[in-house]
Amino acid sequence: MATAAGTLPAVQEESTLWTWLTTVDHKKIGAMYGVSGFAFFLIGGLEALLIRTQLAVPNGTVIDADRFNQLFTMHALTMIFLAIMPLGASFFNYFLPLMIGARDVAFPRLNALSFWVFLAGALLLSSSFIFGGAPDGGWFAYAPLSAEEFLPGSGLDFYVVGLLILGTSSLMASLNFAVTVINMRAPGMSMMRLPVFIWMMLVVNFLLILSLPVITVALIQLLFDRNFTTNFFTPSEGGDPILWQHLFWVFAHPEVYVLILPSMGIVSEVLPVFARKPLFGYSAIVFAGVAIAVLGFAVWSHHMFTTGLDTVPQVVFSASTMAIAVPTGIKIFNWLGTLYGGSIHFNTAMYFAVAFIALFTIGGLSGVMHASPPVDSQQQDTYFIVAHIHYVLFGGAIAGIFAGIYYWFPKMTGRFLDETLGKLNFWLLFIGMNITFFPMHFLGLSGMPRRIYTYDSDLGWDTWNMVATVGSYILGIGIIVFLINFFWTMRKEPTASNNPWGAATLEWATTSPPPEHDFDVIPEVRDRDPLWYDRDHGIEQPEPQPGVHIHLPPPSYFPLLMGLGVLLLGVGVLSHLALTALGAVIIVYSVWGWALEPTD
Amino acid sequence: MAASEAAHGEHHASAGVDNRLLLMWIFLASECLFFGSLISTYLIFKGESLVRPLPEDVFDIPLTSLSTFVLLFSSFTMVLAVYGAQHARPRMMKLALLATIIAGLIFLGFQVYEFKTFGEEGLNLSTNQFGASFFVLTGFHGTHVGVGLLYLGSMLIGSMRRNGLGRDTATHVEIAGLYWHFVDIVWIVIFTVVYLIP
Amino acid sequence: MRPSARAITLTVVSFAAVLITSYLIWVGWDATTGDPQTTLAPLSENARAVDDVYTLITILAGLVMIGVLTLTLAFAIIFRERPGREAQQIHGNPRLEVFWTLIPVIIVVAIAVPSFQVIVDTTGDAPDDSLEVVATGNQWWFEFEYPGLGVVTANELHLPVDRPVNVELRAGDVIHSFWVPQLSGKVDMVPGHNNRLWFTPEETGEYLGQCAEFCGTSHANMRFRVFVQTQEEFDQWVAEQAADALPAEGELAVAGEGIATTICAACHVIRGTNAAGQLGPDLTHFGSRTTLASGMFPNDTENLRAWLADPPDVKPGSKMPNLNLSDEQLDQLIAYLQGLD
Repeated sequence: MATAAGTLPAVQEESTLWTWLTTVDHKKIGAMYGVSGFAFFLIGGLEALLIRTQLAVPNGTVIDADRFNQLFTMHALTMIFLAIMPLGASFFNYFLPLMIGARDVAFPRLNALSFWVFLAGALLLSSSFIFGGAPDGGWFAYAPLSAEEFLPGSGLDFYVVGLLILGTSSLMASLNFAVTVINMRAPGMSMMRLPVFIWMMLVVNFLLILSLPVITVALIQLLFDRNFTTNFFTPSEGGDPILWQHLFWVFAHPEVYVLILPSMGIVSEVLPVFARKPLFGYSAIVFAGVAIAVLGFAVWSHHMFTTGLDTVPQVVFSASTMAIAVPTGIKIFNWLGTLYGGSIHFNTAMYFAVAFIALFTIGGLSGVMHASPPVDSQQQDTYFIVAHIHYVLFGGAIAGIFAGIYYWFPKMTGRFLDETLGKLNFWLLFIGMNITFFPMHFLGLSGMPRRIYTYDSDLGWDTWNMVATVGSYILGIGIIVFLINFFWTMRKEPTASNNPWGAATLEWATTSPPPEHDFDVIPEVRDRDPLWYDRDHGIEQPEPQPGVHIHLPPPSYFPLLMGLGVLLLGVGVLSHLALTALGAVIIVYSVWGWALEPTD
Repeated sequence: MAASEAAHGEHHASAGVDNRLLLMWIFLASECLFFGSLISTYLIFKGESLVRPLPEDVFDIPLTSLSTFVLLFSSFTMVLAVYGAQHARPRMMKLALLATIIAGLIFLGFQVYEFKTFGEEGLNLSTNQFGASFFVLTGFHGTHVGVGLLYLGSMLIGSMRRNGLGRDTATHVEIAGLYWHFVDIVWIVIFTVVYLIP
Repeated sequence: MRPSARAITLTVVSFAAVLITSYLIWVGWDATTGDPQTTLAPLSENARAVDDVYTLITILAGLVMIGVLTLTLAFAIIFRERPGREAQQIHGNPRLEVFWTLIPVIIVVAIAVPSFQVIVDTTGDAPDDSLEVVATGNQWWFEFEYPGLGVVTANELHLPVDRPVNVELRAGDVIHSFWVPQLSGKVDMVPGHNNRLWFTPEETGEYLGQCAEFCGTSHANMRFRVFVQTQEEFDQWVAEQAADALPAEGELAVAGEGIATTICAACHVIRGTNAAGQLGPDLTHFGSRTTLASGMFPNDTENLRAWLADPPDVKPGSKMPNLNLSDEQLDQLIAYLQGLD
C-alpha cells in the first residue's frame, strides 16, 4: 500500500522501470502519453518530410506511388491518432486531477489500461510499415477502394484493427476523464468555476464517447467486408460506398474538434496568466466550446458536398457548418479581449498562444470559404484544403500544445525550458509553418489535387511546391531545436517554485513537480481564479494535520498485462488465430486478477 | 471489475452519484450510438437486397416474440436482484441473479436456433444486404447478452464467497442491472424495428 | 477610456504591417489565375457563379483576417508589460460580447444567401437542348461516351462551344471525381450512384481536368483534357469518331493489326475489327488523340513505344500488363495505332 505522510515534503519515490510499468499515478501516465505522443509526432513529421521531398520538384523520383500513398495515409493517421490525441491526453492526465483539486482520476487502473492499450494500437498500426505495407487508402479509407479487391495488401487490415484498438483506448480514457470531471472536483469547484482547459477537455471526452461507437461500427463493417464475405460497401452487390462516408464523417468531423479544443483550452489558460488579467468572457468561451461540439455533430456531410448530395442536404449542412463560425468567432474575440488592457509578459508559451490566435483565425476563415458548397466544389480535395487543415491543426492544435509544453514544463519537471532556444524554436516553427502551408492555398486555387505523388511541370505548380518543401525543412529544424532544448533542460537542476508564473489555477498550488499525492490538503475553491482570489484576500490554504495518512491506490501490473493481451488479440487477427486465443486468455485472466486485487 | 477503485474517492462524488454508476451511465450513452449506427445501417439497406431470402421469408414472429418475452422477463428478475441487494436479502439476490442468467441463456439459445434456421433457409452474411446487416446487428446484440451473462455469472459466483461482494454489493448489482436493462431495451428496439415494422 | 497617442500609432503601424503582408499574399493568390488548371478563371456560366460566391467570401474573409491580425498584433505590442503598467482586471463586457457575436452572424448570413442561390441554380436540371455525355471513371482513365452519336473515346472530351452539356457521371470500379476547374466545380463519380453535372462552355480551346478523389496507386496520373470547339469542328470530329477504324495501311501496320486483334483485343475495342474487349479504353480512333495514358504524355512515337513496352513502368499500377512485345512487334503495333486516326 502506497502511503505518503501528508506532512512530509514531496519526495519522489525511486523511479525504476517496474514502477513505470505498474504505475497508476495519473502524472506518470500523463508523462508516458506525452513521451510516446511526441515520439510519434516525430515519426509523423518524418513522413511529412518524405512527402514534401518527393513533391519538391515536378516528376519527383524520391519515392514511388505506392510508398507515397502509404506515407500520406500514415502521416494523417500518425498525427491524428498517435500524436495530437495522445499529447492532448497527456495534458488531460497530468493536469485534470491537479486542476480540479483531486488526488487522481476516478479510475486509476483503467487510466493505466487506456495508456497500454493506446501503445498497443499505436505500435500495431506503425508496425505495418515493416509487415507487408502500411495502410494506403487514405486515413478516410473510402469504400470501395478499401475493399479487398482494390487494396488486397494487409495495410487496410492494420488500419481496421489498429483503429479499433486505439478507439477502445480513447473510449476508456474519455469515460474515465468525464467521470472525474463530473464527480471528483474539490469542494467549491462548481462547474462554472472549472478552468476552461478542463471544460474543453470535458467537451472533447463527450465528443469521443458519442462519436467513437460510430466509427467502430463502420470499421466492423469494413472488417466483415474484407474478411467475412459481407457486402456493406460493395456497390455491385447492393452495398453503398456512401454509407461508409456518412459513418466515417459522423465520427471524423467531431474528431477534428477533438484535436483543436484541447489547444483552445490551453490557450485560454496561458493568455490570462501572462496578460495578468482574468480570461475575458469565461462563460461565453465555455458555451462557445459546447456549441462548437454540439454543432460539430450536425455538419459531417460538408465533407461530402461533391458526392452528389441533393440540394436540401447541401443547404442544411452548409448552414450548420457556417453557423460554427459564430461560436468560433466568439472565442477569438474573447481571447483578443483578454489581451486588451493587459500587462503582457512575453515568453515562449505566450508567443505560441498569441500565434495560435492568428494562425487559427486564418485556418478558420478558409474553413468558412468551403463551408459554401459551390466554393467547395472547386476547393474540395485540393491543396487549398491541405492548407486549411494545417492552419487549424499545426497553427492551431500543435501551436497550442507547444504553448502548453512551455507553460507547464516547470510544473511537470521543476525545470524551465530555455527561453532563448524556446524563442528560436517558436520563430522557426512560426515562419516554417507559414512558408510550408500558405503556398498550399495558391496550389489549391491553381487546381492541384491532394494525394498526388507526382505532377507535371506544365501546370504552374513548381515554384510553390518548392517553397513549401523548403518551409517543411525549416519546420524540421524548429523541432530539432525543441528537442535540444528539452534534453538540455532536463540536465539542469529543478528550481521552479510552486507558482512561478503567478497563475490562478489549482495545479500551481502544489509543489513543482507535484508530490505523488498531488496535494497535502485538498484545496477549497472560492472563485473561478482560486489562487488569485486567495492571494487578493490573504487566504492561506490550511496546513496538513500531522499524522494524517493519504491513501493512494497501489501499483498494479494488470493494466499492462491486459494491454499485452489486447496487443496479442490484434496481432492474432492479422496473423494467426492462435495468438488471438492467447490474447483472450490473458485478458480474461487480467480481468479476474483486476477484480480481485485489493486497492485500498 | 472497477471493484474498489473509487474507494479513495468516495468522499468526493461532486455530482452525488457513485463513480462506477456514473461510468456505466455514460458508457451506455456511447452504446446507444453503437446500436444506433447498426440499426441505421439495417434501415438504410431495407429493401436494397438484390436476392432473396428477405425478412418475410425467414422471420418467425411468434417464436421471436417468445424469446423477446423471455428476455423481458429477465429484466424483471434483474429488478428483483437489485432489490435483494439493496435490502440486504442475499438469498433473494442470488436466486434472482440465477433466474436472470437462465433467461439470458434461453434467449441466446433461441438466437442460435434462429441463426441456424436462417442459415438453412439460405440466408448468410454474403447472401444479400438483409443478411449482412441483420446478422451483424443481432450478432452484436447477442454478444452483448453474452458479455452480460459473464458479468452476472461472475457476480453470482462472487456472491457465493464468504464475504459476498463486500460492502458495495448493492452498487455492484445496480450497475450490472443498468447494463442488463440497457441490453434488453436495445432488443425491444431491434425487435420492433427489424421484426415488427414491415 | 480614451486611447493614448501611443496606442493609436501602434495600431496604425500594426495595420500597415498586416496590410503589406496581405498585399503580398494577394499577389501570390492572384498569380494563380493564369495557371493552366486554375480555379480562378471560369469560362462557363456555372463556374462563374461559383467564382462570384468565392470572390465575395474571399473579400469578407480577407477583411476579417486583416481586422483580427491587426488587433492581435496591436494588442500584443501596446499591452506588453512595462514598468508601472497594471493589468485591468476585467472579466467581460456583456454588451461588447453581444456585439461581436453579431459580427460573425451577419457575415455568415451574407455568404449563406448567395451560396444557397448558386446551389439551387447550378444543381438543377440541365437545359433540354443539352448535349448528353456519359463520363465513366476507371482506375486510372476516363471514358467518354456520346449516346446517340455513336462515339466512345477516352481521356479527351470534345464539346461544342455555347451549347449546354449534361455529363452523367459513372464509376467503373472505385470513386473518382470529374473536375475541369475552368468549366465546372467537381462532382464525384460514385459506383452505384448516377451523379451528373452540367455547364455551358463559352470559349473554344483546350481545358485541363484531373481526377480529384483519391482512387489508388496512379491517382496522380488520371488527367484528362476537354477540347471546346466550334459547332462545325465538333460535328466533323463526331463524324470521324463515329466511323469504324481505318484499315491498316502498309506492311508494318498490317502486322500491327494482327497483334492488336489478337493480344490487345482482350481488353480493347477497335470498332470495325474483332477487337471487342471491355476493360481498357476504346482504341478505334487512338491516333486522333493528343495524349497517352490518361493525359500523362503527348501521344508521340517515343512515348507510345515506352508505354507499350512496359505500361506499369511508366504508369504505376497500370491495369495494362507488360505484354513482353519484341522490338519488331512494337514497331508494327505503333505503326498500326498511329494510323487509327
